[in-house]
Amino acid sequence: MSIRYTFGGDEFLFAEVSESMSLPACFTSMAITGQLRQLQIPGIMEICPANASFQLRFDPDILPAEQLLQQLQQLEQSLADSPQILDTRLLEIPVWYNDPWTREVGARFRQRHQDPQATDLEYAARVNGFASVEAFIAAHCGAPWFVSMVGFVAGLPFLYQMVERQQQLQVPKYLSPRTATPRQTIGHGGCFACIYSVEGAGGYQMFGITPAPIYDPAQSQPYLADSMVLFRPGDIVRFKPIQQQQYEEAIQAVADGSFQLDIFPVRFSLPEFLANPQAYQQSLPGTHHAH
Amino acid sequence: MHIKVIKPGLATSVQDAGRNGYYHLGIPPSGALDQYSFRAANLLLGNAETAAVLECTLQGPQLQFNVACQIAICGAAMQPRINGQPQPAHQVLSIATGDTLDFLPAAAGMRAYLAVSGGIDLAEVLGSRSTYALGSLGGYQGRRLQAGDMLTLGAAPSTAAPAGRSLPTALQRSLPTKTTVRVLPGLYAHRLRPESATRFYQEQWSVSSESDRTGYRLKGGTPLQFQPREAPFGAGADPSNIVDAGYPIGSIQVPAGKEPIILLRDAVSGGGYAMIATVISADLDVVAQLQPNQGITFAAVDMQQALQARQHYQADLQQLRQALG
Repeated sequence: MSIRYTFGGDEFLFAEVSESMSLPACFTSMAITGQLRQLQIPGIMEICPANASFQLRFDPDILPAEQLLQQLQQLEQSLADSPQILDTRLLEIPVWYNDPWTREVGARFRQRHQDPQATDLEYAARVNGFASVEAFIAAHCGAPWFVSMVGFVAGLPFLYQMVERQQQLQVPKYLSPRTATPRQTIGHGGCFACIYSVEGAGGYQMFGITPAPIYDPAQSQPYLADSMVLFRPGDIVRFKPIQQQQYEEAIQAVADGSFQLDIFPVRFSLPEFLANPQAYQQSLPGTHHAH
Repeated sequence: MHIKVIKPGLATSVQDAGRNGYYHLGIPPSGALDQYSFRAANLLLGNAETAAVLECTLQGPQLQFNVACQIAICGAAMQPRINGQPQPAHQVLSIATGDTLDFLPAAAGMRAYLAVSGGIDLAEVLGSRSTYALGSLGGYQGRRLQAGDMLTLGAAPSTAAPAGRSLPTALQRSLPTKTTVRVLPGLYAHRLRPESATRFYQEQWSVSSESDRTGYRLKGGTPLQFQPREAPFGAGADPSNIVDAGYPIGSIQVPAGKEPIILLRDAVSGGGYAMIATVISADLDVVAQLQPNQGITFAAVDMQQALQARQHYQADLQQLRQALG
């Protein structure tokens, strides 16, 4: 796999690892950007990993474009055979699937949807060949997700499910974007899930809502004390279904600034995962083991 | 000792040089869209060059000063008035306690920068006072100004700028109604059909009213055609789609080939549309001064030309500093 490099004006270098989405492409992007972050090369201002690509912002007065390109190509070579192991963490994110807020907004924008007669969940279940919404939700929360990119807007995670490609849930985006999406909506577009970090426009299908703030400049919850943005590329997320009562209790804790998330350290091995995705993802830690 | 916002204007926000180092979390640089004019206004006053200012868009605010200070306004031609009396722009103006400042709508250009002696005093968030409204971050309570807001001034420079000092005409930027912007083609330009890639640079586009600090949307040109292809896994069905990736500041994307969008300093940090070129850093200020319905043409340059333009831009800034230092 050879990376395609191309400049975005005089300050950005864009690197396409792969045209198509895959966990190995995402891993390569994270490995190179992770290494770059450690090297602290003068003149590099931003290091932005993405799903199957990455981009850098640099100051060409300090670091000439050609020199940066050469350094990157050397780094690409040197990392080609490195172990694909990631020290990361698994976060359990509670989700009230099929909640009243996303249902209401979905109903309001029905004329922008492929299937105005169905809800987003009914549509997603059908186009993915599930017999019921419940079966679709079971697949959605049945395997963990990899944070393959953070961005679009502040703190929004793109999530790629840790299953074989033929089991990936794929749903087209709305025909034209909504002007409203509730904050903390669980969305889905193409093969990616996301969590809307702020209220606003959006084109992803809406499946549910989490009570957990994931972006908060005021850093009101204990788990946001170190950073106003919860997610980092490489995090692993497991969605945990909750119902109205648990949701309301969680919202109360959020209001008190005392909401807690279950977060576990994980050493993730890409080769071991790829060898047997099903068994590997079930071996990951989580509160579900206690039940 | 504050400035009271009587009317907020169309879209007035606190901005400075912007913040770096958080784009990978989706937090864009923000900052004054016309960096040259923002710096000129501060330098006129003897402020730190990157002190926080008010960026006023098309229709400026009405402000009541409960503090004596000096101000300077650079950028778009929005006639300033003190207590209803017209005042020159690009010049140090003295404000007495109780004075009211307002503006006529922009006659040319889109954004004027109002600097006050000492700068707007606010806590820095992630290293900057710039407002990123989409993320409710920085600036005044993370948002554009509203009526009733109270702004505080920082410590005035030790040596007050001489009242009446003005920016030499040669150092003022022109504010044309149509302009050519230089871009470096690349990114996903190879995915355009050759005839579209050529025509993009031949036609004049016009600025849509759906343009703001996030991006400028353009209309009026012939829709662009992308090469047909089998969609890569995860990219989306439309030929203008890519697997969601990072967007450079200044990059130009063309959703469904229809209306190009130039991303500015409040950019969305990434998404799923192919980008075909990037406005060079030296020309980003120029884009931000275009009003809706004004004309824009793109000129392709190579990296060497982009770097030459960058040097010229820096030389211009150096001239500002020497003239006003």
